[in-house]
Amino acid sequence: MSGLLTLAYLIGSITFIVGLKMLSNPASARKGNLIAAAGMFIAIIGTIFLYEENGERLHNFGWLFGGLFIGTVVGVLAAKKVKMTAMPEMVSLFNGMGGACAMLISIVEFDHLANGHITVNIGKFIQDAIGQAAQHGDINIGAGFGNPVGKYLIILLGLIIGSVSFAGSMVAWGKLNGKVKDFSFNGQHIVNLIVLAAIVIAGAWLLIDVHQQFSGGNGSWTSNPPAAPFPNIELQSMADTTLINTLFYVTLALSIVYGVMFVMPIGGADMPVVISLLNSFTGVAAACGGFLYNNPVMLTGGILVGSAGTILTILMCKAMNRSLKNVLIGSFGAKATSA
Amino acid sequence: MTAILDFLQLHIEMVYIVILSIFLGIEVISRVPSVLHTPLMSGANAIHGVVIIGAIIVMGKAEADNWLALVLGFLAVILGTLNVVGGFVVTDRMLEMFKKKK
Repeated sequence: MSGLLTLAYLIGSITFIVGLKMLSNPASARKGNLIAAAGMFIAIIGTIFLYEENGERLHNFGWLFGGLFIGTVVGVLAAKKVKMTAMPEMVSLFNGMGGACAMLISIVEFDHLANGHITVNIGKFIQDAIGQAAQHGDINIGAGFGNPVGKYLIILLGLIIGSVSFAGSMVAWGKLNGKVKDFSFNGQHIVNLIVLAAIVIAGAWLLIDVHQQFSGGNGSWTSNPPAAPFPNIELQSMADTTLINTLFYVTLALSIVYGVMFVMPIGGADMPVVISLLNSFTGVAAACGGFLYNNPVMLTGGILVGSAGTILTILMCKAMNRSLKNVLIGSFGAKATSA
Repeated sequence: MTAILDFLQLHIEMVYIVILSIFLGIEVISRVPSVLHTPLMSGANAIHGVVIIGAIIVMGKAEADNWLALVLGFLAVILGTLNVVGGFVVTDRMLEMFKKKK
């Protein structure tokens, strides 16, 4: 990471903190929002032009700026046109977009990791391997650039949290503009718990499978011998990825189902609280991206929103004289008695 | 167990950032008046749009023949931008409304 980019990220992180602080005071709130926006702008521009991985800058600028342009135009128009009364549903919609973004990032990175090629700088790779040999007396090729279980875990977390937030926000948005009706059935919270358990099991199974493949030597990497002394080489995984792939997409589907089921039974009046909760979820999903890319601004921004959003959710509940548990679970009871 | 310890050691800086950020986030907004709840939620919503940076990285390093990465990355960039730009503009409009009321 170049020094200038590090500085851009530092500025970004600071503006997020200052922005949040100013947003919690009526006198400075508007300025705080603008400061955070400016920091975000710096971080985005810095990433586009300065980010490099293995000494390679980003490319695909056509696609990149196309996407940024479309997103900006649609975002500004939608935000400007929306009626004042419809603002909370707009926030929910945008929150869902953020969750979907985290979900898509996880899918692409998973595909890279499980099915694609990994580019490794051979010089650093040999150095790591020699370092390992000195330490342990042998060389484990698979571990030369890290056991991938940690990476899979972060990708999975980003996927699950991002897609729950996406699906949940979409339902919340539909509820607020009256397109989706409250829906619950007896024992729904038990079904929800089962779905949640299934997500955890599928995710854990995937991680265990990855771990076994890599510790069993099955998951070693092959490569044609590199031509130049220290080029970047592409490694092709030999691991059997059918099971990993299936489990990954099962987890994705279940997470979306869970997101829908989670918000479905909650009444319209409690929606702001739920949106705030999903908001903090998306923050955590963004922070997973920060871990994945070793990116400090994503990490601080995401975690800040995650923790601030959670506290805000609790504060909102208190302002409504309810407890969070009451909002999330109580609705089932209320529905059951009224039905 | 050793795997967990290794992971901790490898990412210790990030773990520290996470822990400190959690407390910072709690501290920073703990005394927000209830009128500002919705704008603050909206502002936080815009800030977690930093996820766009991940989308930019995915998009920017996608190989020209990897259509999955190209298409999903492109979608992710659009959605992330929507989150950031829309989030900040909506927050600004909400806060503008506040001023007029006074």
